[in-house]
Amino acid sequence: MALRSTDILTQTPQGLYCPLGDFHIDPVRPVQRALITHGHSDHARAGHRSVLATRETLRIMGVRYGEGFAGSTQEAPLRESLRIGDATVRFTPAGHVLGSAQIVIEAGGTRVVVSGDYKRAEDPTCLAYEVVPCDVFITEATFGLPVFRHPDTRAEVRKLLDSVALFPERAHIVGAYALGKAQRVMALLREEGYDRPIYLHGAMERLTELYKSEGIPLGETPKVAASERAKLAGAIVICPPSSIQDLWSRRFPDPVTCFASGWMRVRARARQKGVELPLVISDHSDWDDLCRTIRETGAGEVWVTHGQEDALVHWCTARGIRARPLHMLGYGDEGEAEEPQAATAEAGDGA
Amino acid sequence: MNRFAALLDRLAYEPRRNAKLRLLTDYFRHTADPERGYALAAMTGALTFKEAKPGLIRGLVEERTDPELFRMSYHYVGDLAETVALIWPAPGHQEAAIPFPQGGGDIGPGHNNPPHVPSLTEVVETLATMSKSDLPAKVAGWLDALDETGRWALLKLITRELRVGVSARLAKTAVAQLGQVEPDEVELIWHGLEAPYQDLFAWVEGRGDRPETSNPAPFHPPMLAHPLEDEDFGKHAAADFMAEWKWDGIRLQAAAGRDGDGRSVRRIYSRTGEDVSRAFPDLLEALAFEGSIDGELLIVREGRVQSFNVLQQRLNRKAVTPKLIAEFPAHLRVYDILFEGTEDLRALPFAERRRRLEALVARLADPRIDLSPLVPFASWEELAAARADPAAVGAGPDAEAIEGCMIKRADSPYLPGRPKGYWYKWKRDPYLVDAVMMYGQRGHGKRSSFYSDYTFGVWRDGPDGEELVPVGKAYHGFTDEELVKLDRYVRNHTVNRFGPVREVEYGKEKGLVLEVAFEGLQRSTRHKSGVAMRFPRINRIRWDKPAAEADRIETLEKMLERGEKEVHPLKDRQTERSKA
Repeated sequence: MALRSTDILTQTPQGLYCPLGDFHIDPVRPVQRALITHGHSDHARAGHRSVLATRETLRIMGVRYGEGFAGSTQEAPLRESLRIGDATVRFTPAGHVLGSAQIVIEAGGTRVVVSGDYKRAEDPTCLAYEVVPCDVFITEATFGLPVFRHPDTRAEVRKLLDSVALFPERAHIVGAYALGKAQRVMALLREEGYDRPIYLHGAMERLTELYKSEGIPLGETPKVAASERAKLAGAIVICPPSSIQDLWSRRFPDPVTCFASGWMRVRARARQKGVELPLVISDHSDWDDLCRTIRETGAGEVWVTHGQEDALVHWCTARGIRARPLHMLGYGDEGEAEEPQAATAEAGDGA
Repeated sequence: MNRFAALLDRLAYEPRRNAKLRLLTDYFRHTADPERGYALAAMTGALTFKEAKPGLIRGLVEERTDPELFRMSYHYVGDLAETVALIWPAPGHQEAAIPFPQGGGDIGPGHNNPPHVPSLTEVVETLATMSKSDLPAKVAGWLDALDETGRWALLKLITRELRVGVSARLAKTAVAQLGQVEPDEVELIWHGLEAPYQDLFAWVEGRGDRPETSNPAPFHPPMLAHPLEDEDFGKHAAADFMAEWKWDGIRLQAAAGRDGDGRSVRRIYSRTGEDVSRAFPDLLEALAFEGSIDGELLIVREGRVQSFNVLQQRLNRKAVTPKLIAEFPAHLRVYDILFEGTEDLRALPFAERRRRLEALVARLADPRIDLSPLVPFASWEELAAARADPAAVGAGPDAEAIEGCMIKRADSPYLPGRPKGYWYKWKRDPYLVDAVMMYGQRGHGKRSSFYSDYTFGVWRDGPDGEELVPVGKAYHGFTDEELVKLDRYVRNHTVNRFGPVREVEYGKEKGLVLEVAFEGLQRSTRHKSGVAMRFPRINRIRWDKPAAEADRIETLEKMLERGEKEVHPLKDRQTERSKA
């Protein structure tokens, strides 16, 4: 007889826990054994006894927290099954950022997929999402409302390039999360034929170097020196979202404030942040892709970890899929998952 | 339509005037006739089709989406047009309507041939001629064809909610900048022109003659005042200035001239240049002069200026009947003159224009047009005293309709726009009351998803002792930081939820006191308390003040009595009607 889903995975104050293998997934507090889906700081925290993650995620954690971020680390080769206690575990690409993975847990004939954060849209900087058929699918719902339909990212990047052409005497300051979004914007700009240097805020530098060392071509990306800020008329500058409105960005020539985020789909969000050129570019699934993914996994049961849980649960229920919200706290501290109410507090991770 | 939508989208986010101008000029330069002309008409409010009702839009979207998901989305986004624009399912992708496929079929959008994307021209021309019953299907077809931004722009356009921070003046300035034309020259011929303005574009681009100005009574952009700041007193000598009362009415420009056949043409314009002549036939009759004068629209009964509330009752009526005119006689209280005949007086000093105006008003000798009197003062202190008590310095019973002072340099020319250093407005202090927050509601627009609209109440005697009765609702006056705190307060003190509204804790022992500022008070049957506030806003958040010490309804009643000395010629009849 197949195991019940709650025998395989339960919710604890630390996060999702698998009693059969005695490990946590993306725990928000230090634990003995942590399996990490991806390198964003709300999912990948320092201080665990041991960490199992993809090679890229381990590298990202090393850059962010220093090499001693965990007692021990183990690399999870993609798509290969590992035995942990009484559970079988494997990591599969999630398409969110470099190194991001879903974690597939199997025991007693039941398969649970913890998808972490994921997207289905094309991204030149990471491996594409792979659908894993399963019994229980655990999903985020950052953009879990049908108003969130991400547009073609190329059109968004062209919007930026059109603005640079119309206002050549102004600097375009693009807020983007330091891990993933920033590099994706750079790659998209290159795909659209933009070959001038793309200037970086200091907080972007090390992760961008890491991407390049993984063989992702991003072209010339000099760090902005304080002395040259005033000379960067017509330039594109990428910085953490928290810097788009601060003094740092005001020293550029008549800056145009841009922000690359799925939240930019809603006009009020963009205005609350004082954004003048919103770029709807997201590393999360939009509503259609959340629904499509749930259907494609064929899961009969869906757990929704964080975001706009209610609408997605409603959608599942209307289609005969058992679904429940987990109301998990601690996720969305970084990146796009931030609640608008918290927008003024912390807009980026500042790494 | 998509190009126009992209322009609106960009304008909506752009705070800088010069950047807006650049975006507009760029659009006009790269868009062909007649499309750009209709865009200009849309932004100057010159389109005349009948607007679509929000109910129509709602009906269309409810046929196509899960009502529960729509409701959640609307609460999140906080704007109907935007929610519909975003949630509108692409044709062939009606997620809610499609049964759940076995084995996970892939239903992608856009299998069908791409539908025909309408131009703005097509939209405007269709709306002008289409019958009401054909409208829903047509709008649905357009929404199917457009992308998110296009749908948003279309919905804003057809519901006449197109607010993207572009004034008519700015749009005309952008047109002027296509060539070597001054914006005021466009303004002068504007009222003789019609959408799609091909003759105007041809002229500014040097391809055609200046369009004949068929308007002998043109609009001229008015001169506006800056609010007076404390430091301004130190900068200016009282002797260089003249003062008038600031009337609580509507700013108007009255113009009159003669057409080619010698017939008198009279027009009344709003501050923004909208021709409002048709709403004031009684006043039009009184414009027996040639030239252009600047003043305030008021309602005067038996020689007494009525409050703004009374004026609003006339403005709210669509049909201008003889009865309405009799009950709400329009009056123009003038304070400046721009033209006398064809003589441009705008370069003259204010004191000189004032003399010309006085002479004109004396010649007219019409009770419907009078002069806004000067307020005598020798020092700023004296003016401050006059502002505090207008009745004591000659305003008499009209004092109720005075909302402060206007202070003008005696040598100031009449300049369009809001030039610095010439004219100041010094409004009287607002009324203040301490009230207790009772409900928070999620805001719209810029504040959507924040609990930013607060209903507040004051104490009164109820059947079970003292109780709070709601007296108003305010959604501004606080800073962004305070909004974050107020939002958190609502979330943390919720006792009841009603859709987007939350009831918070309140009572003698608990509750948040808000110091509310407002401009006036009127009786209202729509409010439980029987009073309604004008321009209420949160002046201060009294985190320190116990709810039990908030004001009582009697405080408001007293303010109301003071403001209720209006003359009601038909009061008896109104009372009878309300009894029936």
